[in-house]
Amino acid sequence: MADTIYRNGAFEADSWLKVADDEALPAEGQVLLSLERFLSIADENAEGLRVGVVLKAGERAQALEGRLEAVALIAIEFPKFSDGRGYSSARLLREKHGYQGELRAIGDVLLDQIPFMIRCGIDSFEVVNEPTRRALVEGHSVEVPVYLQPVGRADEVPLGTRPWARRHVAAQRVGQQAD
Amino acid sequence: MYRYDEFDREFVDARVAQFSDQVRRRLSGELTEDQFKPLRLMNGLYLQLHAYMLRVAIPYGTLNSRQMRKLAEIARKYDRGYGHFTTRQNVQFNWPRLDETPAILNELAEVEMHAIQTSGNCIRNVTADHFAGAAADEIADPRVYAEILRQWSSLHPEFSFLPRKFKIAITGAPHDRAAVQVHDIGLQLVRNEAGETGFTVFVGGGLGRTPMIGRKVRDFLPEADLLAYSEAILRVYNLYGRRDNKYKARIKILVHETGIEELKADIEREFEAIRHGILTLPKEEVDRIEAYFAAPEFAAPGDEALFDAALETVPGFANFAARNLNAHRQAGYVSVTISLKPIGGAPGDATAEQMEVVADLAARYGHDEIRVSHEQNLVLPHVRKADVPAIYKVLAENGLAEANAGLVTDIIACPGMDYCALATARSIPVAQRISERFGASERQQQIGDLKIKISGCINACGHHHVGHIGILGVEKKGKEYYQITLGGSADESSSIGEIIGPGFSYEEVVDAVENLVDTYVNIRDGEGETFLETYRRVGETPFKEALYGTQ
Amino acid sequence: MKLVTANRLSDGEVVWLGAAGRWVETLFEARLLESREEEAAALAEADASVARQEVVEPYAIDVIREEGHLKPVRFREQIRAAGPTIRLDLGKQARRQESAA
Repeated sequence: MADTIYRNGAFEADSWLKVADDEALPAEGQVLLSLERFLSIADENAEGLRVGVVLKAGERAQALEGRLEAVALIAIEFPKFSDGRGYSSARLLREKHGYQGELRAIGDVLLDQIPFMIRCGIDSFEVVNEPTRRALVEGHSVEVPVYLQPVGRADEVPLGTRPWARRHVAAQRVGQQAD
Repeated sequence: MYRYDEFDREFVDARVAQFSDQVRRRLSGELTEDQFKPLRLMNGLYLQLHAYMLRVAIPYGTLNSRQMRKLAEIARKYDRGYGHFTTRQNVQFNWPRLDETPAILNELAEVEMHAIQTSGNCIRNVTADHFAGAAADEIADPRVYAEILRQWSSLHPEFSFLPRKFKIAITGAPHDRAAVQVHDIGLQLVRNEAGETGFTVFVGGGLGRTPMIGRKVRDFLPEADLLAYSEAILRVYNLYGRRDNKYKARIKILVHETGIEELKADIEREFEAIRHGILTLPKEEVDRIEAYFAAPEFAAPGDEALFDAALETVPGFANFAARNLNAHRQAGYVSVTISLKPIGGAPGDATAEQMEVVADLAARYGHDEIRVSHEQNLVLPHVRKADVPAIYKVLAENGLAEANAGLVTDIIACPGMDYCALATARSIPVAQRISERFGASERQQQIGDLKIKISGCINACGHHHVGHIGILGVEKKGKEYYQITLGGSADESSSIGEIIGPGFSYEEVVDAVENLVDTYVNIRDGEGETFLETYRRVGETPFKEALYGTQ
Repeated sequence: MKLVTANRLSDGEVVWLGAAGRWVETLFEARLLESREEEAAALAEADASVARQEVVEPYAIDVIREEGHLKPVRFREQIRAAGPTIRLDLGKQARRQESAA
């Protein structure tokens, strides 16, 4: 499967190199490291590299506090689509820790969960499930476009008099970001 | 009642379209059963023993006559002419087809109803006191906050794949009729010294395999912080609740394993980070929602001589008036409990015709309001006392006038193995046999307040842990076997019942219950002492001896 | 002796695997599985049927022969084969009465 990453409304190739904990870092390029590996190296050892970090389910977003400037991608793992820890991690990274970089969902990423992931601040998706890939390519949206709870997203506006109700500023296709 | 505005309507319509699309993708094979199951559960659709089962939400148990008529219509058109009202104030249809559920949901949406989050590992229908807005002892109307929480929790992007289900209950009166201490979050409305409205918050109550009473985490949570504090609790639970074992995944286990003080600190830390933010409830908006729940325009009391005369002349009416009426805050008004526990009937079941009878009565006499109680009965919350005899007459003609609210035959029972795929024993026929055994009116009255609750498996949907007499059906060597617990209670003095001894066979269990009840009647300190009070006074010994002899 | 059972996807109806991989609505039409090999083959057929979106969650159940009729060993399976014990007018048992009438 060539293009596995869904971002900005289209599939693209994964440009990040996964580097195992016991592998040497390359001199340049984009590398995706485990949280443990990332925390064990000083920023200067990664000079010349763009660094991404995998946050496994159960690993705390808080561990990245203070180091987020050095991170260009955080890949949140959903080991099963029914494991919802990643949604909280994503919101904490965006809303509490102010992370501005790319936030990617990896693992068991399926069509019906993507709208929730977007609202939690995730903006790219590693998708291998075929029906999900087909639906995304066809622009088949399954979203409920009225939200009944505020999340910390700049592209949602209050709806009517209820401050907890929200709608997207503009009708968007699933996966597209308004900025 | 709450009424949908254009956004609520758009929300529910879009949800129906979304679920219809999910059903289509399941039938075409784009979704596997493993992928579809959590999606259908999140919309209340189970696959049970004989068929699918659809659980329709009745938010905080409140509905109007038009909605009740729609339920009757669905029962007739898509099901087998009846529905089952549940302990979480919802209604279940036992025989829908998967490919017809989109049509059912469309019909429900016409009357502002849905099946959103009536199952699944998400925040479930928020329950409240069934006498809300009517009870004489109420501090504030819990439905206002139940409605706000219902909205906030609907399709919550962060909390739709929790470790396990999550139940919130609210009571607005000091006498807790919503069993808040056996919920994941229990909220008790209170006023502080300054007269402001807030909540005493309990976390980590629940029944199931490991019953626990909730722990208090806040004496007074200001009204404005309700959503922020709830979000903090849910976030801590979503991140740290166990996901390795579904029987240890409820928040009660997290409370137990982490310790309440540490967990409370985690919640408070999360709360501090988000309070005074976008989740703060503005007073004007709470007031706006509250206006939906304003009391109806009560009429003049009417001729209560009719009521008094009926007490003397109408057979059975005095008993009905003694048991099935609840004090109303408006002079000349009462709340009427319509028992769905006819002697020998299936607890909580109502036929389509009965639903229509109740709808008619609500429209004619009850300011168009109906409630579902967690005890699986219906309630007309606002009725003139003078109209009760006329209501009674109609109820009696339709098998709905059993004068047994709170009595030994007012039994809570889960569907059990007659319907449920998880059950290990039957519940309904045990309830029916107990009901028949104690069916004589004088005998029931003489026994007095007694709550029997029956579950057909360890998941405890029949709340057996909090029954004064609790019955749990299990399977032992291929046979149904019933374990009895005593002394449970789900009100403001909640307690978990204790297992009295070895269980009984399907044949023996009714005799055992009768033996316990006779023992109570013999040793009680006068007719005023209830079963629970006697049990709490004397302990288990006399009951144990009655069942098993002296050791 | 075993049978393979499942629920039909479209309406949830209880079915058993019958002859030639066909799902049947009454237990007496079900295909009796006398050996481990037959059971494994039947479960494989059932899995293939799951993949065709015909049924969900198939599994094998034990049955015995009683007075010439097949009867599931577990009470739960007896209820699945008949209907609710408290509503003889519903489920497969009701259809039997209708057809006998």
